[in-house]
Amino acid sequence: MNSLKSQGFAPVVSHLKKDGSEWTVKEKLMLGLSPKEYWAVQLRNPFNWVLWAIYAVGLPILVGRFIYGLGWVTHSSYDYPWGLFLGWGLFVMVPLSASGFMMGTTVELFGRKDFKSIERLGLLNGLLGYLFAVMFLQVDLGQPWRLIYPMFVSLGPAAVLFLVAWHVATYLSCQVAELVPAFAEWMGFPKAKQFIKKIVLGLTVAGIILSTLHQGALGALFTYAPGKVHPLWYSSSFQWFQFFVSAVFAGLSMLIVVSTLTKWFMRWRCDETYLNNLSKLTLGLAKGASLALITYLVIKIIGIAHDNDWQYLASGWGAWFMFEMVVGVILPLIFYTMAVRNGNASLARFSAFLAVFGLALNRLNTALITFNWQLYQEIPHWREVVIVVTVYATYIVVYRAVLARMPILYTWKEKK
Amino acid sequence: MKKLHRRSFLKGGLVGGAAIAAVGTSKHAEAAGSFGGYPDSMGVLVDLTKCVGCRTCEAACNKEQGLPAPDKSFDDPSVFEEKREGGLPRRTTEKAYTVVQKYDVPGREHPLFRKVQCNHCNEPACLTSCFVNAYKKTPEGAVMYDPTVCVGCRTCMVACPFYIPAYSYSSAINPVVKKCIMCYDTRLKFGKPPACVEACPQEVMTFGKRKDLLKLAHQRISEKPDAYVDHVYGENEVGGTAWMYLSDVPFDKIGYDTHLGDQPIISYVKEFLAIVPMVLTIWPALFTGFHLLSNRKDGLKNEDNKS
Repeated sequence: MNSLKSQGFAPVVSHLKKDGSEWTVKEKLMLGLSPKEYWAVQLRNPFNWVLWAIYAVGLPILVGRFIYGLGWVTHSSYDYPWGLFLGWGLFVMVPLSASGFMMGTTVELFGRKDFKSIERLGLLNGLLGYLFAVMFLQVDLGQPWRLIYPMFVSLGPAAVLFLVAWHVATYLSCQVAELVPAFAEWMGFPKAKQFIKKIVLGLTVAGIILSTLHQGALGALFTYAPGKVHPLWYSSSFQWFQFFVSAVFAGLSMLIVVSTLTKWFMRWRCDETYLNNLSKLTLGLAKGASLALITYLVIKIIGIAHDNDWQYLASGWGAWFMFEMVVGVILPLIFYTMAVRNGNASLARFSAFLAVFGLALNRLNTALITFNWQLYQEIPHWREVVIVVTVYATYIVVYRAVLARMPILYTWKEKK
Repeated sequence: MKKLHRRSFLKGGLVGGAAIAAVGTSKHAEAAGSFGGYPDSMGVLVDLTKCVGCRTCEAACNKEQGLPAPDKSFDDPSVFEEKREGGLPRRTTEKAYTVVQKYDVPGREHPLFRKVQCNHCNEPACLTSCFVNAYKKTPEGAVMYDPTVCVGCRTCMVACPFYIPAYSYSSAINPVVKKCIMCYDTRLKFGKPPACVEACPQEVMTFGKRKDLLKLAHQRISEKPDAYVDHVYGENEVGGTAWMYLSDVPFDKIGYDTHLGDQPIISYVKEFLAIVPMVLTIWPALFTGFHLLSNRKDGLKNEDNKS
């Protein structure tokens, strides 16, 4: 598409074509290309070849999971009831999607209108991340068709997961509402946009409350397993706060990562405002992320001091913990700070990749790698890995499809 | 000045205390502090020194609960040599709610056999972690599970400190948690001991009220201090369990986790649960306030423009 644009192709940015007639929905879905051109573009893209390969292997296995049961795709472990589906799909995806509430807060609540051009990308990153976390959950649940049971059939309100279920559900609707304006512009429903504008502050505050609690609750889920998670990754008092604060830097870092990817691979879809502001905004996000990182680092150290876990630092697990902290927290902290000081957006982008890696490592360490540290190490079944890759690929496909169409990376031009 | 006599103060205190007690018993006790267990709940005392590893209990459990036939027959001793991942001994599965493990203890004349099943905690981690309320602790002491509401999130398996609940992963249509229910439906409800207890030819297990069993356990230890280690496993572990154990070998040498602490698992989660209402009540005002503060300049500008 980038090369197409350099040849003079103009993507859809308003309801009207160059000749003054209106785009139909079908034409908008085809990105303003003729069907023949559209499919030719899809076929030419080497990334799509990779996706097809993933689906060729992954889809039959995903279907097989629902025909033959979880036992066919996992090791059916009683000792490790949670595997990669939740370890990656829930515990990594959700904090990386904290960008939604972060950007809502920055722009709508703190009135930083200068972040407006990246706000929608933050919101979309949040919405899709949560949506696919639920998809991963549906793959993992023994009886996915009972997903609404904790809501309406049999309630266990004293359980942490009850809070997660309710909050993720309400927050998903919250995020859908926050993105209605983008959809309304694209479809041409001005009233829907007006309505959301009236309630946006309420939505944003609700987003902060729900995010604080469910990001924290994901950490608190592990406080049910005090003897199973390694002490260096476990803190009865601070687990929820550690998960919440790390979600803040993770969400911001993921937004930097995604915006960098759009700058590289979807430049044709970005407008001038977005591209011109991106470096400045990247540094703004980097500043926020560095503040969250230093908070996180301090609360991690306090957690160790509070439970007096110092002696574990000298063990093999301690070395692994230090690796996570240095590569995933301290280095990004230093690089972010240097980037902000020197106005170096490229360094901030590199740092964002590190911070995202650090977050993922932390969650996988808590949920899988150090879990049952006194028993044995569980290596996921290959089919489990294939399903995770397949669902994640679908996340990327949907993400890319929305970015290519709706006014996320560009500003919609109203009629005339 | 009114005079408060000591006697009338005490009387008032008694009446008030009785009222609180009456109200307190009518509500669930888990709301505040920890729950010490139902007063007349039943339990089982397992004297590991008596077990010979005949696995009659396993066979009785299999029959009583209508479980599928085992891979190896119940009189095949080779199961004791089987190891699961990590070189760990056999554990409860979806096909076996109770299993006997063998431990070769250096210096001990015979190997030690250990029966494993759900310990039926006073304040069970599985119950408190379940978001659809599938678990129930009955006044008789059994921890029950309702497969008709279970979503299959398996948090109970993560939460159980004893690694007891198993899951029927093989089923695509109706996978459920599988664990010992102390034969509640068929026996405990009617005051009868669980099938495994009744079947044991060595009288390893004693069924009775938990509080009586505790007395019995300590009595046995004090009568034969050389024959037992001075610890009743399950008396206090994670808030106390209905199944309790006596042993002549230190418990940490025969696979028992002796670092679980005396607090029920839910007490580790309460620090988070306490902040939930705080966030719910404080955040709205706090962040709306931030919004007003950060937009104050715009408001002032507008006022200036008006005047």
